[in-house]
Amino acid sequence: MSTGILLQIAQTLIAILLAPLLMGWVNQCRAWLQGRSAPPLTQPYRTLKKLFHKDAVIAHRASPLFRFAPYMIFSCMVLAAGLVPTVANDLPFSPAADVIALVGVFALARVFLALAAMDIGTAFGSLGARREMLVSFLAEPALLMVLFTASFISQSTELPVIVDTLAHREFAIYPSLAFAAVAFWMVSTAENARIPVDNPTTHLELTMIHEAMILEYSARHLALIEWAVALKLYVYSALGIALFVPWGIAPQGDLAALPLAILALLAKLAAGGAALSLLEAVFAKLRLFRAPEFLGTAFLLGVLGMLIHFLLEV
Amino acid sequence: MKIGENDWNLEPFGKHLWRGRMETGQLLALARAVKEAGGQLVALWGSDDRHLGDGFGIHGAFLTGSGLAWVSSALPVEAPAYPDLAHIFPQVDRMQRATFDLLGIRASDAVDDRKWLRHTAWAENEFPLRKDFSPLSTLGSPLPEADAYPFLRVDGDGVHEIPVGPIHAGTIEPGHFRFSIIGDRILKLEERLGYTHKGTEKRFEGLDLATGAKLAGRVSGDAHTAFSWAYCMAAESACACRVPDRAAWLRALFLEIERVANHLGDLGYLGNDVALAFGFMQFWRLKEDWLRLSARLFGHRYLFDCIVPGGVATDIDNAGRAELRALGERIAGEVRELKHIYDEHTGLQDRFAHTGIVKPELAARLGLTGLAGRASSQAWDARVQFPCAPYDQLDVAMAVQKSGDVLARAEVRFAEVFESLRLIGQLLARLPDGELRAPCVPAGTPCEGLGWIEGWRGPTIVALRIAADGTLDRVHPHDPSWQNWPLLEVGVLGNIVPDFPLINKSFNLSYSGVDL
Repeated sequence: MSTGILLQIAQTLIAILLAPLLMGWVNQCRAWLQGRSAPPLTQPYRTLKKLFHKDAVIAHRASPLFRFAPYMIFSCMVLAAGLVPTVANDLPFSPAADVIALVGVFALARVFLALAAMDIGTAFGSLGARREMLVSFLAEPALLMVLFTASFISQSTELPVIVDTLAHREFAIYPSLAFAAVAFWMVSTAENARIPVDNPTTHLELTMIHEAMILEYSARHLALIEWAVALKLYVYSALGIALFVPWGIAPQGDLAALPLAILALLAKLAAGGAALSLLEAVFAKLRLFRAPEFLGTAFLLGVLGMLIHFLLEV
Repeated sequence: MKIGENDWNLEPFGKHLWRGRMETGQLLALARAVKEAGGQLVALWGSDDRHLGDGFGIHGAFLTGSGLAWVSSALPVEAPAYPDLAHIFPQVDRMQRATFDLLGIRASDAVDDRKWLRHTAWAENEFPLRKDFSPLSTLGSPLPEADAYPFLRVDGDGVHEIPVGPIHAGTIEPGHFRFSIIGDRILKLEERLGYTHKGTEKRFEGLDLATGAKLAGRVSGDAHTAFSWAYCMAAESACACRVPDRAAWLRALFLEIERVANHLGDLGYLGNDVALAFGFMQFWRLKEDWLRLSARLFGHRYLFDCIVPGGVATDIDNAGRAELRALGERIAGEVRELKHIYDEHTGLQDRFAHTGIVKPELAARLGLTGLAGRASSQAWDARVQFPCAPYDQLDVAMAVQKSGDVLARAEVRFAEVFESLRLIGQLLARLPDGELRAPCVPAGTPCEGLGWIEGWRGPTIVALRIAADGTLDRVHPHDPSWQNWPLLEVGVLGNIVPDFPLINKSFNLSYSGVDL
């Protein structure tokens, strides 16, 4: 049990520390694909360091919620990072929440972010919050459909069971997961405020979704939010790995498999980050009102995945 | 010169230029005749003529089928006023308001008599362009009054207002945009400009011709060549100076280089605004190569101060010609490839097409001009219809589109990049030998001149009057953005808020050029 707890803590710490690196890697790949020289891999850490050293500027009318929200959002993402198996499987935290609760944890963070955005009462905050809600209420059902497809295969909504079924039992090809994987990519672009749904690097305040909500944040609050954004991308990548390429995650209690598991994780994250930036480089941002169609397609693909599971795999 | 049925008693004033003076009452009839004949009022400005023994003056530049007519009316010293022209040409509404703010000349019966350029830098009863106004009087103490600009409000259930700017998240010029929206749909947009008012017109007063050329080029930095050429053309016509052939050809070369640089930049920005950073980087790489070559050949990335009264200040040798031609050919090839990518990119085309439409009928009624006008079927290009030297010896092809959306404005830019690069090849190949500069000396009596150049944004006009002592008495630089800013308000109607930056960028209008 104590090994389990140690592993749990180690895995969460790895997530927290590695998340900005993944962000840096994605930024680097994107820069290369655009044909410009890339910022160093450690740039996100430097940004965080810079922000933590600054004094926070807070609007006069900000309520305590505005100060509290960054901590809440960061905590939610840390919790999510603890739930998704990345290095080792079936850790002590895992039974605490299944995939449906995981979606709930993301939703909780989002609610706080949206409330904080509206708290100050600037036009951009409310605008961003409204758009975020529009995007997320379509993204969440699609994400659930993806997760249900995997759950049907393994007959459980528990992530460790899903990973165990897919990675450590007899190898099988699941066509349904192909549909789910495409749907998952579409949802994760929306949830992580990436192209084609949102543009994380834009300076055009009127086009922003996620960035519009955090315009009023500065210093440590902004650092926590930026870190949470990196963590969210990491958790989504981990979730994608757990659902679609889980091979390499160490089974419960198998300490000897851990070094290989860490190497496999790094390789998969690197490949995933490169793929994400490649897709970002070739897509333009969708017109805002096309985002519902985009996410509707994701939902449809998720449902199709489930149907195919019942048609071909049962 | 005849416009419609009547002869308006206008004298030829240069190539494709006409000059006339008339009573204020006649002004209205002339405006109606020009409108009926399919022309436009492209510029309106005032002047303080009291030191010349007159009162005030109101001036209009009318675009007609046979050229540009500069028409002036004298106004009395007490309560100077002229009939409102905005009900015939809506685009002059802001010019009329700016004229009042600067000179106290009122358009009587104008529907919209709110202030325009005046924020809180000077008091309501002060008029900075009057000769007896001292700029020093406004220094030191800020005015106690608030700006209190009355925006038009949209009422109704669920209508929100979003104030944007004047300070924006990106490094762009300041301007305030007031959106009235339902959800993300734009019901109304109202612009408030004037934040970069620098007193440029006042600064011209008393400068000598050469210094004035430097200032004119800085009215709007991205259109430096257009403004400095228009200014020099005006000064030369006032001084009866004939520019040497080689200088005229080099000026056209500079103007086309400027057009290519700006279009490349805008095409990149248009890609960036739909998050296609690849396009942004590629076009800006090309623009950077272009600017660096300009810096090496002519001493300045944006060709600042290459055009001087009487000619040009810099020459190009044979090695430079070969280098410029080679880069032009390389850029043409690469832009062709990039155009193919833009054309085939579904996501980008979806964002560009049917976004920010200005229909041709509306464009004609509201006087949309220049590049944006040509994207809405307004087939005016001074280089084609009213060519000055050397364009009369070059066969310029005009780029026109009908759909009036962001895509059309991008297509016009693409076509003009290719055409300008072709023209640069022609200009380099046929560049005549000869002097670079002729003396441009004021005559010693008050004289006036007008310059009219098709800059990359559109027709750029500079009107000036030189005093008897040879210094500048009154200079009015006119940027085509004056006419096009109001059309942006119309073009975004029915679009969604997140598309505004893209539509705005597709017009890419000047703040500095209209705030003066």
